[in-house]
Amino acid sequence: MTGPAILLLLAGLGAIAWVSARARAIRFQTAARASGRRDAVHSLPGFHGWYVALWAVAPAALFLGVWANVSPGLVTQSVLTDPAARALPADGFARSAILGEARAIANGDQAAAFNPASEPLVQPYREAGSRYGMAGAALALVLAFAGGAYAFTRIRADFRARTRVERLVMALLLLASLLAIVTTLGIVASLLWESFRFFSMVNPVDFLFGLKWSPQSAAMGYGNDDAFGAVPLFWGTIFIGAIIAMIVAIPLGLMSAVYLTQYASPTVRRWMKPMLEVLAGVPTVVYGYFAALTVAPALRDLAAAIGISGASSESALAAGLVMGVMIIPFVSSMADDSIAAVPQSMRDGSLAMGATTSETIRRVLIPAALPGVVGGVLLAVSRAIGETMIVVMAAGLAANLTLNPFASVTTVTTQIVQLLTGDQEFDSAKTLAAFALGLVLFIVTLLLNIVALRVVKKYREAYE
Amino acid sequence: MSSAPPSAERLPTDWKSDAMQRRIARRYASERRFKAAGLLAVLLSAAFLAFLLVTMMGNGLRGFTRTEIAVSVDFPASPLKLDPAAVTDRALAEAGLPTMTGAVAEKALGPDGDDLIAPTAWLAIRDAIKDDPTILRRTATIRLPAATAIDLANKGKGTPEAEAAVERLKQAGVLSTGFNATFLSSSDGTDPTQVGIWGAFKGSLLTMLVTLLLSFPIGVATALYLEEYAPKTWWTDIIEVSINNLAAVPSIIFGLLGLSIFLNFLHLPRSAALVGGMTLALMTMPVIVIAGRNAIKAVPPSIRDAALGIGASPVQVVFQHVLPLALPGILTGTIIGMARALGETAPLLMIGMRAFIATPPGGVTDPATVLPVQIFLWSDEVSKGFVEKTSAAIIVLLVFLLAMNGLAIYLRNKFERRWS
Repeated sequence: MTGPAILLLLAGLGAIAWVSARARAIRFQTAARASGRRDAVHSLPGFHGWYVALWAVAPAALFLGVWANVSPGLVTQSVLTDPAARALPADGFARSAILGEARAIANGDQAAAFNPASEPLVQPYREAGSRYGMAGAALALVLAFAGGAYAFTRIRADFRARTRVERLVMALLLLASLLAIVTTLGIVASLLWESFRFFSMVNPVDFLFGLKWSPQSAAMGYGNDDAFGAVPLFWGTIFIGAIIAMIVAIPLGLMSAVYLTQYASPTVRRWMKPMLEVLAGVPTVVYGYFAALTVAPALRDLAAAIGISGASSESALAAGLVMGVMIIPFVSSMADDSIAAVPQSMRDGSLAMGATTSETIRRVLIPAALPGVVGGVLLAVSRAIGETMIVVMAAGLAANLTLNPFASVTTVTTQIVQLLTGDQEFDSAKTLAAFALGLVLFIVTLLLNIVALRVVKKYREAYE
Repeated sequence: MSSAPPSAERLPTDWKSDAMQRRIARRYASERRFKAAGLLAVLLSAAFLAFLLVTMMGNGLRGFTRTEIAVSVDFPASPLKLDPAAVTDRALAEAGLPTMTGAVAEKALGPDGDDLIAPTAWLAIRDAIKDDPTILRRTATIRLPAATAIDLANKGKGTPEAEAAVERLKQAGVLSTGFNATFLSSSDGTDPTQVGIWGAFKGSLLTMLVTLLLSFPIGVATALYLEEYAPKTWWTDIIEVSINNLAAVPSIIFGLLGLSIFLNFLHLPRSAALVGGMTLALMTMPVIVIAGRNAIKAVPPSIRDAALGIGASPVQVVFQHVLPLALPGILTGTIIGMARALGETAPLLMIGMRAFIATPPGGVTDPATVLPVQIFLWSDEVSKGFVEKTSAAIIVLLVFLLAMNGLAIYLRNKFERRWS
């Protein structure tokens, strides 16, 4: 019996359980009403229905889930006892390759055998597979009937079906919210584990403070010493994300927020605010393409025209400029919130003393909102250094330690993509280095976020 | 007030004096400069957006068109062994159409005719026969897609030789520009005239489906639990902190998680929409949780009190009263989260969705690619013909994102209730 058919059957059983239990509960209810004791029934009929349906479906479904993971092993076990399996080679790898092929043919995933040795095993596989499939289905059905019958006999007029169903609902809600913790733990565990393996091959001090990054040479067998110095990557990331992008984003974002909140007429605001939101909604791959196709060549020509040597068509400036534009809406909305949180009385007081609007903004509003703005900028930096596609497409791969914005630099995220795409052997230092870089990125963005949120929160409290 | 005698020197400010007037003028000038700077900042952002969109449109709209060469085909004289009464797919496949198309092109366009038309031009003849088998009894004029070089030259970006060929074809009056239906119906390929976004689009659709099915129920359940039931304990604090942190983790980290847990630990299929959807669901879930909590918070306590007062259980209060009222807000947040997931590229590169995939995926476990990754792959291609295809794919992606955001804004405006 196939998987979908069993699931359909199970769903049908659940529906029957629901209907019959509900009908029974309705009978209790009418009986109780007839005898004038309306409070004798605890739960609504629907809850009785759900209670029995869950008992019918849940144990059987759980069993099927377990069975689906266990039965392939059992099937293989029983195939190995077949006389045809005696011809199998003793070597583990060749053996499992033949078995895998036979299974693929038996399941219909593969039309014919590449290895003739797997041919005679197809029939035993089919037989064992259908035998265990039938056994699993039968057991699941027995479980479904047993669970349903057990629950059906339990329901009575004063049975607290609602409490039990609701307890399950609460458990599911709690389970769902635990997934966030599981994800966080998964990220930390996988990054730590792979980084640990990396640091058993490469000295962490060399990694964090080394000045030379050339994983290719390590992959080609020149040894891991001084091939994984990540300082040029850190510098490139800071240069593009924290310096160039912020030089663009902070003034433009801050001034946009000031203009839109303090000066602009409602009409202008109604049009310009969504425009900034669109800027935030453009996918980063589009920004990256734009940076690589239009901005980078223009900047290279500009550099050549004003006579700067070492200009590259994959310059730090192109990636940084475009990333800065991407960050503008982010800075602007953070600044907007901070300025709005400054008490109106401070603004009114300044204006009443005869200050102009711009003097009020510069001398009162912005100093008062500064902690919030700084927090917003920190969040923007954390977003900029974690940004991937723009730098992958526009920033290049050469790990240079340079101050020249027209030269090519590389970043942490670029190198992660570079190390993990293409040919992979999962145990080489080259691949594992990506996880070490990921760990550094994760820790830095986490710290930036924690500091930024703390700054913003402290400052909010000051005015409350 | 002090009783000391007022100092004789402290006179009222003479606002009319020249010095004061100059000072006021200076302050007003600075005010105007500041305001102009603010306006300039907004305009610069707008100009950048406009520049970006215009560039993409300028490049991309050409990607939706293709150059066609009209060729007259004399079917009765051709070596085709086809019976007009019995045209089947099999017969068409065996009829030798590719060779015949090359011969036809050489006859109509000169000795280099076969190079002028696209390598897959015979498909146009096949489709013409399929549409109307009686065409086999007469001579018909069929528009064949031009080769990439000719296509580029006709759009003004070709090599000198191709430009010359285009000039010749134009004088013969056989060149025309038509809508490129292939772009919407085919998948990735090596020849820019033949590539399309259907495969990537279908991959995106499947991935988004997995993402939605996972992140929406889990996100809503988490939001309900945290906002309505969670006791104030250290346990709840940990959940809240993890969700807020997950919302700020760079997307590429989720890709690393997907690679090491889903692929290397659980051995799920590489490049599949299933794994892509699961990875993006982990990213989207915090967004839905945060939006959902805000929407649930906005439902006034009086609703809960009223429902509890007439005897509803806490679960009934939430599922029958709070959730329906909060749903528009939750949906708006979900759409915004899905739009972000639709444009996401980096985590999908990590789990291998950058493979060259020429057939659209049939299910969630088949190798697939998605629109943003397809854009990234095409942007890496050397052939010039891919520039306009990349931009055209970007236009398609932007249209979808705009539609999703528009829907979110519409839902917000239509269903948002102000409780006061």
